[in-house]
Amino acid sequence: MFDILGIPAPLLFGQLLLGLINGAFYAMLSLGLAVIFGLLNIINFAHGAQFMMGAFAAWMLLEWLGLGYWWALLLAPIIVGFTGVVLERTMIRQLYKLDHLYGLLLTFGLGLIIEGVFRNEFGSSGLPYRIPPELSGAWDLGFMFLPVYRGWVVVAALILCLATWLLIEKTRLGAYLRAATENAALVQAFGVNVPRMVTLTYGAGVALAAIGGVLAAPIYSVNPQMGTNLIIVVFAVVVIGGMGSILGSIVTGFGLGIIEGLTKVFWPEASATVIFVIMAIVLLARPAGLFGRA
Amino acid sequence: MQTTRRTLMTASLGTALAPMLPRLSRAQAANTIRIGVLNDQSGPYRDISGPYGVTCTQQAVQESGNKGFTVEVVSADHQNKPDVGANIARQWYDRDGVDMILDVPTSSVGLAVNQVAKEKNKAYINCGAATSDLTGPQCTPVTICWMYDTYMLAKSTGGAMVKAGGDSWFFITADYAFGHALERDTTTFVKAQGGKVLGSVKYPFPSTSDFSSFLLQAQASRAKVIGMANAGADTINCIKQAAEFGITKRDVKLAALLMFLSDVHALGLETAQGLVLTESFYWDLNDRTRAFTQRVLPKLNGTYPNMNSAANYSATLHFLKVVADMGVPAAKASGVAIIDRMKAMPTDDDAFGPGTIRADGRKLCPAYLFQVKTPAESRAPWDYYKLLQTTPADEAFRPMSEGGCPLVRS
Repeated sequence: MFDILGIPAPLLFGQLLLGLINGAFYAMLSLGLAVIFGLLNIINFAHGAQFMMGAFAAWMLLEWLGLGYWWALLLAPIIVGFTGVVLERTMIRQLYKLDHLYGLLLTFGLGLIIEGVFRNEFGSSGLPYRIPPELSGAWDLGFMFLPVYRGWVVVAALILCLATWLLIEKTRLGAYLRAATENAALVQAFGVNVPRMVTLTYGAGVALAAIGGVLAAPIYSVNPQMGTNLIIVVFAVVVIGGMGSILGSIVTGFGLGIIEGLTKVFWPEASATVIFVIMAIVLLARPAGLFGRA
Repeated sequence: MQTTRRTLMTASLGTALAPMLPRLSRAQAANTIRIGVLNDQSGPYRDISGPYGVTCTQQAVQESGNKGFTVEVVSADHQNKPDVGANIARQWYDRDGVDMILDVPTSSVGLAVNQVAKEKNKAYINCGAATSDLTGPQCTPVTICWMYDTYMLAKSTGGAMVKAGGDSWFFITADYAFGHALERDTTTFVKAQGGKVLGSVKYPFPSTSDFSSFLLQAQASRAKVIGMANAGADTINCIKQAAEFGITKRDVKLAALLMFLSDVHALGLETAQGLVLTESFYWDLNDRTRAFTQRVLPKLNGTYPNMNSAANYSATLHFLKVVADMGVPAAKASGVAIIDRMKAMPTDDDAFGPGTIRADGRKLCPAYLFQVKTPAESRAPWDYYKLLQTTPADEAFRPMSEGGCPLVRS
């Protein structure tokens, strides 16, 4: 086998693929953030906690109701999305007219509270959740051993990202949403119920986080702090991609996953920092982000 | 709207300031011994000790009975940050009248608090930090290490794996004091027995949750053993993902160099079965450990004690015994005096049985090598381990002459 930059090629391809898989998670989470920020102007810092709630919802459905992975994939987003709707109705709604900072502080606080409640209830070392039998096993790709489940994560993430993008950019509903961000009063004058639409959009963004959580449950430890580690990176992804840009968050999510994956080979100690270095460079060169409109 | 927000802000400001108010109980300090349990209450190491460590400390206080003075247990979260831990330690010793700080997992924090205790001449009993430097170059006359250290773990788990044929190693190491020490000590044992180390990766702690990349690098090195020089949620993630990538099916063995009962519980026996690990306490080891477990169990929210929380119990019992022996004023006057007295007196309790404390501050106890049971072998909840071998107390730890502790050099 040949080497690339002193690294055996199979290892390098393996790392690229793993980077893509992690990128899938970044893309899914930053997508939800971008939807919420783009349409509601709320910086949703509770997103990590909502991702975690998705994973816990999957565990609870299995443990308490005996409903397996596929049911969880359907029900967890609905349940967690509903909690999002309640939050929007009761609290977040009050802050639309104020500065972004208030929304950030509120959701950050809510995120901490949710995480604390789960930690109190379930401890920090996590709960077991197994890969569904249909998706267990692995493919031998020659250069690496790819678990079927990880392949499924990439496919699911791609489908989800594409569907969201199409919904917002190409459908009538998406057009209403985009119009409502530009001028809510005018859209309302045409008879569209804007507040309800905004509520449901927040719920949908939260549901996206929850789907990410369900997808993560079988491969990461299901514990209350699982979202905290991820959310900071995901915010960096959103900033690099351009706040509120759907396409930007998808492309940067996958791209940064790959860059991070490569860093893990060449300089593992820096793998947690590399994304922030890129963020700093991007902000200096293009303050609105790669895909953002200044 | 305006008023509600202002009220809310005032209220939250009040809540934030409340912990900074001086403790009211300061006046009656003269006849009160205060024990400060400092550990991770909210992060990846919470379930190893955290609130359970506090409960076990209180259990020891309760079992000590009335010795003519009152005992208070306070606790705090060091968030795995050395600066936070050192600040709390300083505040406890200086202002809140804490006489002994207990537990302090996370080696980087454990070492930071070690310096504070030394500077203040106050007792410090570490149960949770694994770095063997605490009884080596960094040892102090006010410090006792009650539990495992990296040398003991490396010798017991690492030694057993090399003996079983795992003579080439690759390390996945948490990039801070503990991971470094564990990798270093294990490397020494592997090499001493003729094995070799093919490589290692140091990953950022505590912000890593995907280990697949490191596992593949380990696999590519063709090492027979992947040594996980980490703990808590990190170890759990490593093992889970190694199973997912089929690494363990290809004759590669995982060495969980520091693993606890709570980690096995979180993984589930399906994934954890067959793992080999070292603890110095297991609830089902003998009649005395079972008796201790039965007493403390109703207070632990359904979790069983592991070696870290049991060590808090054992250390507190011995500490209070010594305080009763030398009197509260003498105990409060000097950390060195009380620690010297603790070293002079043999220990004995239900969790660890009889034991001694060496001059360099190392408490001696046997190291038990366990294997995690298969789901079929496990007959009851938390029935997880079978005993493979026991390293006696006098062989389990690094000999004093090799540690480089300044206290014993003369």
